Amino acid sequence: MAQSAHTTTQHSFSPLDASAIRAEFPILNQPLEGRQRLAFLDSAASSQKPTAVIQALDDYYRKYNANIHRGVYQLSETATSKYEESRHLVASFVNAATPREIVFVRNTTEAINLVAKTWGRQNITRGDLILVSYLEHHSNLVPWHMLAEVTGAVIKGIPLTSDLQIDVEAFDLLLTEEPKLVAITHVSNSIGTINDVVSLTAKAQAAGATVLVDAAQSVPHLPVDVQAIGCDFLAFSGHKMLAPMGSGALYARRKHLDAMPPFMGGGGMIKKVRIDSSTYQDGPARHEAGTPSVGDAIGLGAAVEYLTALGMDRIREHERELMAYAMAKLPEVQGLVQLGSPDLAVRSGVISFTLNDIHAHDIAAILDSSNVAVRAGHHCNQPLMDLLGITSTTRASFYVYNTPEDVDQLVDALHNVNRIFEVGAASR
Amino acid sequence: MSDQLYREIILDHYKNPRNKGVLDPHDFSAEDVNPLCGDEIRIDLRVKDGKVDEVKFSGRGCAVSQASASILTEMIEGMSVDEVKALTKDDLLEEIGIPVSPARLKCALLSLKVLKSGIYGVQQDDL
Repeated sequence: MAQSAHTTTQHSFSPLDASAIRAEFPILNQPLEGRQRLAFLDSAASSQKPTAVIQALDDYYRKYNANIHRGVYQLSETATSKYEESRHLVASFVNAATPREIVFVRNTTEAINLVAKTWGRQNITRGDLILVSYLEHHSNLVPWHMLAEVTGAVIKGIPLTSDLQIDVEAFDLLLTEEPKLVAITHVSNSIGTINDVVSLTAKAQAAGATVLVDAAQSVPHLPVDVQAIGCDFLAFSGHKMLAPMGSGALYARRKHLDAMPPFMGGGGMIKKVRIDSSTYQDGPARHEAGTPSVGDAIGLGAAVEYLTALGMDRIREHERELMAYAMAKLPEVQGLVQLGSPDLAVRSGVISFTLNDIHAHDIAAILDSSNVAVRAGHHCNQPLMDLLGITSTTRASFYVYNTPEDVDQLVDALHNVNRIFEVGAASR
Repeated sequence: MSDQLYREIILDHYKNPRNKGVLDPHDFSAEDVNPLCGDEIRIDLRVKDGKVDEVKFSGRGCAVSQASASILTEMIEGMSVDEVKALTKDDLLEEIGIPVSPARLKCALLSLKVLKSGIYGVQQDDL
């Protein structure tokens, strides 16, 4: 198998030229029409797209769009080969042993549901224990709730430390209950905590569990190596890594993939179809029923190439520097409380905070009038919010096109929020 | 522009809410939550001679949701039960006066939703 993309010849850690990168994203360079420049700080929700990816999509529909796998004419052969080339690129990107272990899906949510409804239905029975953490996004919780409901399995939450990292001692204790499945996030989408999935996976598997890693917030932002992690399943979305919405991948270790029944049934995933029965393909094709989002998958391949050229190590370093800058500057805002560990080694480029007792929606709306885009709410982390005793936070997240200027704009706008709510003046 | 939304009527009602509190006894008490952002509103009402005699609201949440509740209670003081039943979203939004973006509509209209859910339980002969 080819060497993983992130250990290429990017030996130099010369910093990313984020301003030059920003220029390659059309949506960040639109006419201002009297507004301030856009400080886009919501890539954790969805990332913007560079010209290279938009061009790949455009090229597909202009030059070689055709249904794949069965056409014997030039267009279809080209589309098919580009689609499968994308699969190779994605496999390399996460260091899968073979492209056969990559299933193209619409997003992380679909990937996790796929596992729950195939491997899950096949392997989980009444009384089996499923472990999830309190950091999980709803997409790595609800599919397991649904599985537990039909099978009678039991779900337990792995507690967190006060720094909002997985409590390893509590995790070790829960492992003695012999869970069948451990489903954990690599990076928290609201707090930015980076979990040590290598260690957690090893421990879980030693205890006999199968491990699924939600990598939606990690694959776009730092080097991810499924061999090093050792997990059984790994899921991520294309739209969070510069690729079109509608693209994404499930990595599934071959021994699982070949044994899993299909998720959806229909054309493309069958061997033989009689009037009353059918047999299924092997490999990822079994789980790719119907016409796929061919263009979007090709866009994902283009995004992988773009990110590989930048270098995942450099991207991680870029975000770490922005985080250092932001975490140092945010305390200038009166009454702002940042959530999570101050240790940058366990933090990805995501910061959630509260500001006095101003509601996150009000904060985000006022920030919008300064053209600062953040997200406010529970971030699909209701169990975490309940644990923290809050209803919502405001979240800023960084990616390859963000600069210190974005942070400055955010901080200025937050001072404005305090001004409007007259923080420091006579209290309500 | 949302800056405007905050500078005037919303901030005034958020900081100086009218009719904040609970009523005991009351002719109805209804409450609801906006699950997406955690806004909560409760409205207590006393009816006399077929008209709103006293109204109080309580709750917590974003400035838009709480302020619109305050504005709503001011609107309905002295209204007949029928008039309250006939109140529309547009009536409340007009009273707020400043455009509310689609994302915040649920916040602005939560109090009206609560009021409407309770008012239909008030019998006309419950005076």
